[in-house]
Amino acid sequence: MAQYLIRRIFTLIITLIGIMVVTFFISLVVPLDPLAAIAGPQAPQETVERLRTLYGFDQPVYVQFFRYLQRLLQGDLGTSFQTGRPVLDDIFHYFPATIELATLALIVSIMVGIPLGILSAVYRNSPIDHFSRILSLIGVSMPVFWLGLVLLLVFYFKLGWFPEPGRLDIMLIEPERVTGLLLIDSLIALDWEVFWDALKHMALPAAVLGLYGLAGIARIVRSSMLDVLSQEYIKTARIKGLNEFLVLTRHALRNALVPAVTVIGLTYGGLLEGSVLTETIFSWPGLGRYLATAFLTLDLNAVVGGTMLVALTFSLANLAVDLIYAFLNPKITLAQP
Amino acid sequence: MNLTNALNKTEARRQRREARLRYLKDSYTLWRRNRLMVVGTGIIIFLLLVAAAAPLLATHDPYEQILPDRLLPPSARYYFGTDSLGRDIYSRVVHGSRVTLSIAFIVAAISTPVGLVIGVLAGYFGGALDEILMRLSDVFLAFPKLILAIAFAAALGPGVENAIVAISVANWPSYARLARAETLSVRNNDYIQVIRSMGASNLRIMVGHITPMCMSSIIVRLSLDMGTIILTAAGLGFLGLGAQPPVPEWGLMVSDGRQFLVDQWWVSTLPGFAILIVVMGFNLMGDGFRDILDPHQRQS
Repeated sequence: MAQYLIRRIFTLIITLIGIMVVTFFISLVVPLDPLAAIAGPQAPQETVERLRTLYGFDQPVYVQFFRYLQRLLQGDLGTSFQTGRPVLDDIFHYFPATIELATLALIVSIMVGIPLGILSAVYRNSPIDHFSRILSLIGVSMPVFWLGLVLLLVFYFKLGWFPEPGRLDIMLIEPERVTGLLLIDSLIALDWEVFWDALKHMALPAAVLGLYGLAGIARIVRSSMLDVLSQEYIKTARIKGLNEFLVLTRHALRNALVPAVTVIGLTYGGLLEGSVLTETIFSWPGLGRYLATAFLTLDLNAVVGGTMLVALTFSLANLAVDLIYAFLNPKITLAQP
Repeated sequence: MNLTNALNKTEARRQRREARLRYLKDSYTLWRRNRLMVVGTGIIIFLLLVAAAAPLLATHDPYEQILPDRLLPPSARYYFGTDSLGRDIYSRVVHGSRVTLSIAFIVAAISTPVGLVIGVLAGYFGGALDEILMRLSDVFLAFPKLILAIAFAAALGPGVENAIVAISVANWPSYARLARAETLSVRNNDYIQVIRSMGASNLRIMVGHITPMCMSSIIVRLSLDMGTIILTAAGLGFLGLGAQPPVPEWGLMVSDGRQFLVDQWWVSTLPGFAILIVVMGFNLMGDGFRDILDPHQRQS
């Protein structure tokens, strides 16, 4: 296990360096002159030249790259042209909103997806199985931005069941920032009104992301459950006269959930990318919307920093999944050279 | 002696032909039995026909702006209504099928060969080359696909061509992975050893004997990915980083209609519905493909 861990962490480090190279490359190919964006269109040539030296754009590429690495290692991601604040501060400011939304969506998709997958496998080819398969199909085929718009149209504009886009009613005051997660901060402040309002604001975007997540989870649980249910040891357990509920939960489900762990980890990454589109639609003040704006306005430092953070989170989630998987299934560890 | 040899050869050829015929027949039976796949294939064939016959099916010029007719609801004259510039949404959706299909097919045509070449090279030669190529693909896999595509699309500048490049950049590593795994599983087989001892070059072995073995799993994977490729392209269009106005791209059309969502729901929702149906068709077909090419399924 220890050896496996070291190997995985080693590859992670190489990947991280690669991520830095790729993000640097992205910042190189941008055709727009970022200096013109900072200085404004009417700036005199000498101002532009001074800024060029200031930001180091006059240096050769490899020098720029090493300066970039140096800055990264010091935790300096540069300043966002758009907000005028350090990118790292921006990210810390916006990331919790995304984490909160993605986590809630993941909880929704696990709580719906796993039972749906189990029922689907146990009652194979029954109406519930068809329902679950069609739901998964719709989940993977749905353009999230479109579903978001349709839900807004129906549940906010037409029926008025859910509040306007955004994170909190404008009349409410945000609780003191402890974690940046509104649900938790409002609980700490014992502010039930804010808690309830934040939850209502989160319902639609979480439903959009949750549908996407549950599709994959229900699918994998169904197929691995079907696999497990055809095994000899399940037959043995049944012949022993064990009641069906115990057979399903204690013998089948435990094994069937192992592959689900991988998919849940991948889903989290999927939710991160889905958040770019979902947050844009629901005016959610998270990293996804921050990134989308940065991409559109070619806010270079924000693009590089935000993309890097997403890749880092994604890689760490994958590492966690691999470790949990290795822990649940010792064969994996042994099979590694 | 020569006669028996020739006879054996024709016999062998006949048997091969029969086997191939049986394979196709089995595939057809499996296809027929899989009702969902029949639906999926139906959707895709319909899409191809619509794209091919777009000028015939469209009732208006997709670019023509009739300003007095702006934001009209669906009617007998404008089947899907009109948008804010008075363009016929139905004709734009019909023409949009061409944009969507070309993006999907060109991405497939770029990313699969690249992935195939890299994967086969890595798997066949192993060693340092394998390490380098696979670490490279690790780096690309470390980004969620949509984010990487968005980043490249933003960096290269908006437009259909750049969107295609961006999506391909995000897509090739999974095919490289797959091709490498397949190569590893066949490269030490006896038949490869025999071909090598007969003096075949590395290139010949890779092109003629290993690549074909990778094809079926790559095709299955590609057909499963088609839906995601279309969703990514539409997402880029929606964000304003893909196709640019006035191209009738579905994602862009959904985005155009956002401001009119409350009172003119048709502007956004109908093009989005087209995306949903087409992606669903590709996903159903991909699932079916996987089942048909899966040897376990064939047995039963």
